[in-house]
Amino acid sequence: MDRKNNQLKETRTQELIRRLRYNKSATFGLIIVLILILCAIFANYLAPNNPSPSPPELFNALKPGFWSQKGIEGMPLGTDALGRCVLSRLLFGARVSLSAGFVAVGIAMILGITFGTVAGYYGGWIDAVIMRIVDIMFAFPALLLAIVIVTVLGQGLSKAMIAIGIVYTPQMARIIRSSVLYIKEMEYIEVQKAIGSSDRRIIFHHILPNSIAPVIVYGTLMLASAILDCAALGFLGLGAQPPTPEWGAMLSKSYSYIVSGAWWAATFPGLAILFSVLGLNLLGDGLRDILDPRLKI
Amino acid sequence: MMKTLLEIKNLKTHFFTHEGVVKAVDGVSLKVDRGKTLGIVGESGSGKSVTALSILRLIPQPPGKIIGGEIYFEGQDLLKLDNKEIRKIRGKKISMIFQEPMTSLDPVFTIGHEIIETIQLHQGLNKKEAREKALEILKIVGIPDVEKRIDSYPHELSGGMRQRVMIAMALSCHPTLLIADEPTTALDVTIQAQIIKLINDLKKRFHTSVILITHDLGVIAEMCDYVAVMYAGQVVEYAEVFTLFEKSLHPYTQGLSKSIPRLNKEVEKLQVIPGMVPNLLNLPPGCPFHPRCSYNFEKCRSENPELIEIEDSHLVKCHLFTEKR
Amino acid sequence: MKWYIIKRLLMLIPVLLGVSILSFSLIHLAPGDPAITIAGEHASIQTINAIREKYGLDKPITTQYWIWLKQVLKGDLGRSIVSNESVTKEIADRFPNTFELTMFSMFFAIIIGCIAGIISASRQYSILDYSFMGLALFGVSMPVFWLGIMLMMIFGVFLKWLPISGRISMMISFQQITGFYLLDSLLTGNFEAFISSLRHLILPSIALATIPMATIARITRSSMLEVLRQDFIRTERAKGLSERMVIYKHAVRNAMIPVVTVIGLNFGLLLSGAILTETVFSWPGIGRYIVNAVNMRDYPAVQGCILFFAFMFVIVNLITDIVYVYIDPRIHYG
Repeated sequence: MDRKNNQLKETRTQELIRRLRYNKSATFGLIIVLILILCAIFANYLAPNNPSPSPPELFNALKPGFWSQKGIEGMPLGTDALGRCVLSRLLFGARVSLSAGFVAVGIAMILGITFGTVAGYYGGWIDAVIMRIVDIMFAFPALLLAIVIVTVLGQGLSKAMIAIGIVYTPQMARIIRSSVLYIKEMEYIEVQKAIGSSDRRIIFHHILPNSIAPVIVYGTLMLASAILDCAALGFLGLGAQPPTPEWGAMLSKSYSYIVSGAWWAATFPGLAILFSVLGLNLLGDGLRDILDPRLKI
Repeated sequence: MMKTLLEIKNLKTHFFTHEGVVKAVDGVSLKVDRGKTLGIVGESGSGKSVTALSILRLIPQPPGKIIGGEIYFEGQDLLKLDNKEIRKIRGKKISMIFQEPMTSLDPVFTIGHEIIETIQLHQGLNKKEAREKALEILKIVGIPDVEKRIDSYPHELSGGMRQRVMIAMALSCHPTLLIADEPTTALDVTIQAQIIKLINDLKKRFHTSVILITHDLGVIAEMCDYVAVMYAGQVVEYAEVFTLFEKSLHPYTQGLSKSIPRLNKEVEKLQVIPGMVPNLLNLPPGCPFHPRCSYNFEKCRSENPELIEIEDSHLVKCHLFTEKR
Repeated sequence: MKWYIIKRLLMLIPVLLGVSILSFSLIHLAPGDPAITIAGEHASIQTINAIREKYGLDKPITTQYWIWLKQVLKGDLGRSIVSNESVTKEIADRFPNTFELTMFSMFFAIIIGCIAGIISASRQYSILDYSFMGLALFGVSMPVFWLGIMLMMIFGVFLKWLPISGRISMMISFQQITGFYLLDSLLTGNFEAFISSLRHLILPSIALATIPMATIARITRSSMLEVLRQDFIRTERAKGLSERMVIYKHAVRNAMIPVVTVIGLNFGLLLSGAILTETVFSWPGIGRYIVNAVNMRDYPAVQGCILFFAFMFVIVNLITDIVYVYIDPRIHYG
C-alpha cells in the first residue's frame, strides 16, 4: 500500500516537473531560485573574501571592481565604504535574506494555517472574531504594520522576521480559510463526519493535505515579498544591523557614496534583491498556473 | 432586382490550432433568395456557426482564417471588402442574433444605449431621433413598458427579454439579411415558441431574408423555405423544406429526421444515429460520414463525394446517388 | 446610492475602532512605564506626572482607552518627544508633501499602467506585448528604495538633469499658504518655485509609481483579454462598430472593474512605498517622519502616524467601493 502511494506521489511530482519545464518563465524563475539557494548554502566556499573582516580594512574602502584599473585583485565587484568585498557580502547576504524570508513565511504559515483552519472549519463566532481581526490588520499597509511591530519588539533581523511573519499571517489565514470552506463542503468530508471521525482527524488527514496547493503557491509568492520587505526594513535601519551582510542594510550604508562616483556598492545589492524577487515571482506564478488555475486572481 | 441575395461559393474557413488544422468549414456553397429563409441544420461542430460568422467576417483571427471561396451579397464579394466597408454592412445590411442572450449584451451599458449606438452608427441620426427609433423598435419586438425598460441594464431583464432586445438591435437598421445563430437554444421552451413567432412576423413585416441556424428540425419546419444540412464542415444535402422532410436522400438527413419525435405519425421507435461526431482534426478518409453510415461501401471509404443536383433545387452529397446519374 | 455610502461608512466603524485599539496598545506593549514611553526617557518628573494625569494612566486599561480615544477624536495626538511639537501639527505640516507625491505617482501609474495593459491585450503576443509585460514583471519585483537610488544616481549624479533630494531648491524663497508646494507656487505666481518643486517631484514619483504601474498594467492586460473573449464583444463587432470603439469603449469599460479593485489595493503598497521613497529622497513627508520617529523611539509620533496612515487607507478603500458602483451597474446599492 505504502509503496503504491509512493509511486503515485512520484508520478505526481514528475508531472509537476514536466509541466514546470513546459512553462518557460517558471523554469527561468526556478533556475534563479536554485542559484540563490546554492549561493546561500555554499557562501563560505564561493566567497573570495571574509564578508566582515575585523578590524575593517579602511585602506581598501570604495575601490572599484574588475571593470576598472584601480580595482583590487580578488575583489571582482569592488569594495564598500569599510573596504569589504562586495561580492562576498552579496553571497553571504543570500544566506541572510533567504533564511529571513523562510523564517518569516514559516511564521506566517504556522499562524495563518492555524487561524485559517479554525475559522473555516468551525465557523460561527470564532470565524467572525478571527476574520474581523484579519480585516483590521488589512487596514494597515504591510510595511507600516511591520514598522509598528518592530517599534514594539525593537530593531534587529530576528525581530524583523517575526514582524513580517505576523504581517503576512492574515493573508495566509484568508487563503487557508477559503480553501477549507471549499473542501469542507465536499462529499468525502461529509462521509467522514457521518462515520464519526474526530474533528482533529478530519482536519489533519483530509482538509489540510488538500489545501497544500494554495499554501505552496502563495508561500512562494509570499517568500518574494518577505525578502523584499525584509530588505526594506534593513534599508530603513529597522532590520538587520551592521555588520550583518544583509542586502537592504548594505544598500542603506553605501548609497550616500554614489555622489562621489562609487556606484557599485549600492547597485549590486539592489540587483541581488531584484533578481531574487523576480525569480520567486516567476516561480510562484508558474506554480499557480500549474497547480490550481482556479486560484487565479 | 436580383432574386438571389446571398451566394456562398466554396467557402473554406480553417482554424490553425496547436493540435493541427481544424477544417471547420470546408467547401460550403449556399444560396439565399430575397425574402426567403434558409435553415442550416447539423450537430454541434458541423460548421453551421462558423459559416454564419464567416459571412460577416467575425471569425476570431488568429486562430481562424477564411482561406478560400467567395461570398456574394447583393452582387458584391464580402471577402474582398476592406475592414471599413465590411463594417458598413454589419448591423446595417446584415445583422446577427446570437445563441446566448445572457452574455451577448454588454453588461455595463443600458439596452437603450446599445440600440441607439447601432442606429446612430448607421443612420447618422442625432441622439434624440435615435432614441425615438429605439423606442419604436423595442415596442415592435414586444418589450412592455418601453419608456422605462429602455434604460435597463441587461442583467435586469429575463433571457427572453434580452433575446427580444437582441432582435430589436439587429432589426433597428432594417437589414436585408438577418442571421440567427441558434436564437432559441438557451431559452425556456415556452419562450422559444414566442421568439420563433416573433422572428417569423418581423421577417414578413420588414421583408428580411433570414438564415436560421439550429439543430432543431421542428423549428426548421416551422420557419424555413430551404434547408441545408451540414456535416463535418460540408453541406451534405440542400433542398426545399417540404422535399427535405418528405423525401430526404442523404442517410445522415434521414437519420436526423428519425431522431426527432413526431406527433402526427404512428408511434415509431425513436432512432439515434450510431457513432459520434467525427473529430475535425482527424477526419476519416473518403466521405466523412461513412463510419456512421449503414449504407457505406467501398467507394465511400476512399473518395469524398461531390454535392450534385438530383432534381431541381435538391442537392445531395452521397455516392448512393452519384451512380444514378 | 446615498444609502450605499452610508452603509459603507457604518461598516468602517468596527475597522476604525480596531485600528485605534491597535494604535493604543502600541504604547502599552512597548517595554517600560507607559507614562515614560509617552513623555520620553529624558522628561522631567513633572511632565511625566502631567502625562499620567492627562491620560489617566493609573486607571483601568479600558478607561485609559476611552480617555485616549476622546483626545484623538478631538484631534489631539499628543506631543512629539523629539521636537515637543504637537504631533497633529507635525503630521498636518508634512501631509501635503506626502499627498502630492502619492497622488502624482498614482496618476502616472494609472495612466501609463492602463494604457500599457490595453495595448498589450489588444496586440497579444506582439513584440510590444512581450516588452511591456517583461518590463512589468521587473516592475512588480522592484525594490523601490533601490530604484530610487538608481534614478538618483543616473539622472541626478551622472547626468545632472534633476535634483536628487528635498522638496524644493533651498535657494528659492517661498511663501507657504496651503502647504502644497505646487499649488502655493501657482497661487503666489512664483513660477521659479513651481518649476523647482515640480523638478524635485519627478524622480521620487517615478520610483514610487513603478510597482503600482506594473501591477496595474498586468491586471489590465489579463482583464482585457478576458473581456475580449466574451460573447458581447462579438455582438458589438456584428453591429458594425470599429475595432477602436469595441476595444476602447466596450472592452475597456468592462475590463476596468477588476482594475479599480487593484488600484484601491495598490494604495496600501503606495503608502508603504512612500515610506521608502521619502527616506531615499529626503522628502519631508509623513513616511520619512515615521521612520525617524521609530529610530528615535518617539512613540507619540509613531502612534499618530499609524493612525493617520490607517485612516487614509480605509478612506481610499471606501472611495474604491464607491467608484466600483459607478462603473459596474450589476452591483446593487442596497
